[in-house]
Amino acid sequence: MARTVRAVLVGLAVVAAGIALAMLRVNPYLYFAGYVILQYVVIATAWNILGGYAGYVNFGTPAFFALGAYTAVFLIQSTRAPLPVLILAGGLVSALLGLGIGYLTLRLRGVFFSIATLALSIVLQTMIMNWDYVGGSRGMSVLRPSGPPFGSYVTFLFTVMVALAVVAVIVARFIERSWIGRGLAALRDNEEAAECMGVPTLKLKLFATTISGCLLGVAGAPFPYYVTFVEPNSAFNLDYAVNALAMPMIGGTTSWVGPVIGAVLLGAAQQLATVTISSEMNLFIVGVVLVAFVVLAPEGILGLVRRLRGR
Amino acid sequence: MFSWDLLANAVVAGLLLGGFYAAVSLGISLIFGLLDIANIAQPAFVILGAYAAYVMNSAFGLDPILTGLLFTPLFYALGVVVYRVYYTSFERRGEESLRGLVFFFGLLFIIEVSLSLKFGVDYRLVQTAYTSRSIDLGGVGIAFRYLVPCVVGVAMTLALYLFLGRTFYGRAIMAVSQDQSALRLMGANPVQIKTIAFGVGIAAASLSGALLISIAPVIPSTDRDYIGRMFAITVLGGMGSIGGTLVAAVILGVAESLMSTFSGPSWSLAVSFGILLLALAVRPAGLFGR
Amino acid sequence: MATPLLEVDGLRKSFGGFTALNRVTLHVKAGERFGLIGPNGSGKTTLINCVSGALAADAGRILFDGRDITTLPAHRRTRLGIVRSFQIPKPFVSMTVLENLGIPLEYAGRGRGHAGGAAEATEILQAIGLEAKAHLRPAGLTQIEMRKLELARAMAARPKLLISDEAMAGLSSAEVDDILAILFRLNAQGITIIMIEHIMRAVMRFSERVVVLDAGERIAEGTPDEIVRNPAVEKAYLGE
Repeated sequence: MARTVRAVLVGLAVVAAGIALAMLRVNPYLYFAGYVILQYVVIATAWNILGGYAGYVNFGTPAFFALGAYTAVFLIQSTRAPLPVLILAGGLVSALLGLGIGYLTLRLRGVFFSIATLALSIVLQTMIMNWDYVGGSRGMSVLRPSGPPFGSYVTFLFTVMVALAVVAVIVARFIERSWIGRGLAALRDNEEAAECMGVPTLKLKLFATTISGCLLGVAGAPFPYYVTFVEPNSAFNLDYAVNALAMPMIGGTTSWVGPVIGAVLLGAAQQLATVTISSEMNLFIVGVVLVAFVVLAPEGILGLVRRLRGR
Repeated sequence: MFSWDLLANAVVAGLLLGGFYAAVSLGISLIFGLLDIANIAQPAFVILGAYAAYVMNSAFGLDPILTGLLFTPLFYALGVVVYRVYYTSFERRGEESLRGLVFFFGLLFIIEVSLSLKFGVDYRLVQTAYTSRSIDLGGVGIAFRYLVPCVVGVAMTLALYLFLGRTFYGRAIMAVSQDQSALRLMGANPVQIKTIAFGVGIAAASLSGALLISIAPVIPSTDRDYIGRMFAITVLGGMGSIGGTLVAAVILGVAESLMSTFSGPSWSLAVSFGILLLALAVRPAGLFGR
Repeated sequence: MATPLLEVDGLRKSFGGFTALNRVTLHVKAGERFGLIGPNGSGKTTLINCVSGALAADAGRILFDGRDITTLPAHRRTRLGIVRSFQIPKPFVSMTVLENLGIPLEYAGRGRGHAGGAAEATEILQAIGLEAKAHLRPAGLTQIEMRKLELARAMAARPKLLISDEAMAGLSSAEVDDILAILFRLNAQGITIIMIEHIMRAVMRFSERVVVLDAGERIAEGTPDEIVRNPAVEKAYLGE
């Protein structure tokens, strides 16, 4: 318990630093880039709760992210709800999606869950493209609300994302160190044995998909205000699918630290690269790096560090 | 708005589509259904085959089916290489589940993005002697560009069925899917057999990709449309049943065609996904599964 | 006669066209040392899988301590006290030996995050002789140590009924005696034990009562001496 309190305090300090950074009014591009990287911290951390801790691979990250974004669009259009409500609603809807897909497929082998998530994004995108209320395939302009509590709206969103990243990491860390995390590790290592040792594998798996989905939706909820023009191709971008995998795999999947390392490294690299290479080339490189890591260094950077230290 | 004519056309189109879908799903039926390897990169290999057919067609005017057949050995070799990497990196270490899936996803991704880099996002199509021809059977129009892929698809299914049932390697593949240790006792090397099976599965992508581009123009992301379809068909048909694959493919084809005709084409993907989820929820063994 | 601890009543299980268990009925008394034998493919592991909950039977009932557990999921059965070890050890590879025991202690036993876990786990490791390897990963264990880990993990789940599925396969004579001694000790503490084995001298020495399966059917039951002399059993093992 004391360790968790310490972690929360550290988290609050980080948020405070984020606000201070926002007040500094440095080059505005830094806030745009910072937002994206922090968004990936949330995404990678969320993915890892299911992928790294439980061993169930979700290929449909864009579906959950975009659902959070489009829930926000729907609420903005219908009720002009404030940002905290958007975030909670986005999280809730994506959590339900996670629970639903999980309930339908998690009683079968893990590979069926993965296949279902792979098909999920495409289907959901098609459905959203046919829903004119949220803009359909043409997309929709979203007006940022007036008067952010401080700074410009972008710097405000930046701090919001700092806070969300802190929350995501704290949640992941808490799960990892709790009896839930130990149970997830057991079912990841050997599900049949875990079940026979008293671990309620189905319940834990559903828990992980729900929390993971929720955090992905939370990451997506501020997206409409960030981009101000939401259209399915950007919300369902393949970037999210491959990065959500690559960042934890590169950083290391067994602990909350890995996704953070991966998100910061890969996210920063991609932000730097977008000015020099095309986005397709960027994706290509990420894909190659992902495969390279999976084949050669499956434990990621954390694993390499551990091996260097001689453990 | 309903009419018997519309219905008849939709059903016939669906049947023809089904034959084609069977061709596209053969690779997965073999690799996932029999070998239990979740090769989610299969649609990318099919698209690769489609683009190969495009290149040969636009450069030399070659009929896509000819290209598909020509490139089959190449794709087989590619399959062998991919399986070797997969086996050495994952299967041998017993870590197939998480890492193997991510590996194949990475491949899917790399192939799709490479095609995007090389060919851009414009739709590519092929010109053949029969692209715009059609025949009329009792009031129902049958386009050649649907008929030919269907016929080839059914032929491919039959060929694979005979291969698995009547040849030594085919039967070895069936055996390895059921009991690897028994195979070892017989003196055959299971890894070699699985390599061959995987190779055949990828080889099938060459011809099915050619059929794909014969039916409709393609862009690099077309592969994503087929992920749901391939797995829906394999699961519905029953893992490891080639005949089941054909039946399931026809069911899916007709369902999609009906949905497309009466509710609009944008919902056709939802059909395959819906069938996949339904099959998984109700009867994961499929119609003819073991 | 007291209610048997485990009652299997008319259990049937098929895989496609193949019938693995055909109306198998048996019971195990509390505190008993029970042997389950039969040639390969006779359905022993399928029976155990049905009892432990890894498989759902097609027909029949399973009662534990008088309670119908036929539809209960496996982890609930474990918490009731039915614990099995696996023929091919399935350790949790990313955890140390000690942490491996931590899982059943936490989930099948008393407490969540129960602080006493490490102490109790160490005790079990001492009893079984694995104490020195407590902080190793399973990858660093020998064959027999892996088998012992399987048993230790099962012990950590506080079983009322322990099902030992071919824990001695492929072990040397001395190692077999080692495992046997552990099982005797557990039984002396009051744990009912079902032993599935091919190593006849182990089964015969250990069991008070033996049931023989062949092709999914129960073909004989009795004391080890009776079984050894039973012609049907001989035929099942040696063929026509």
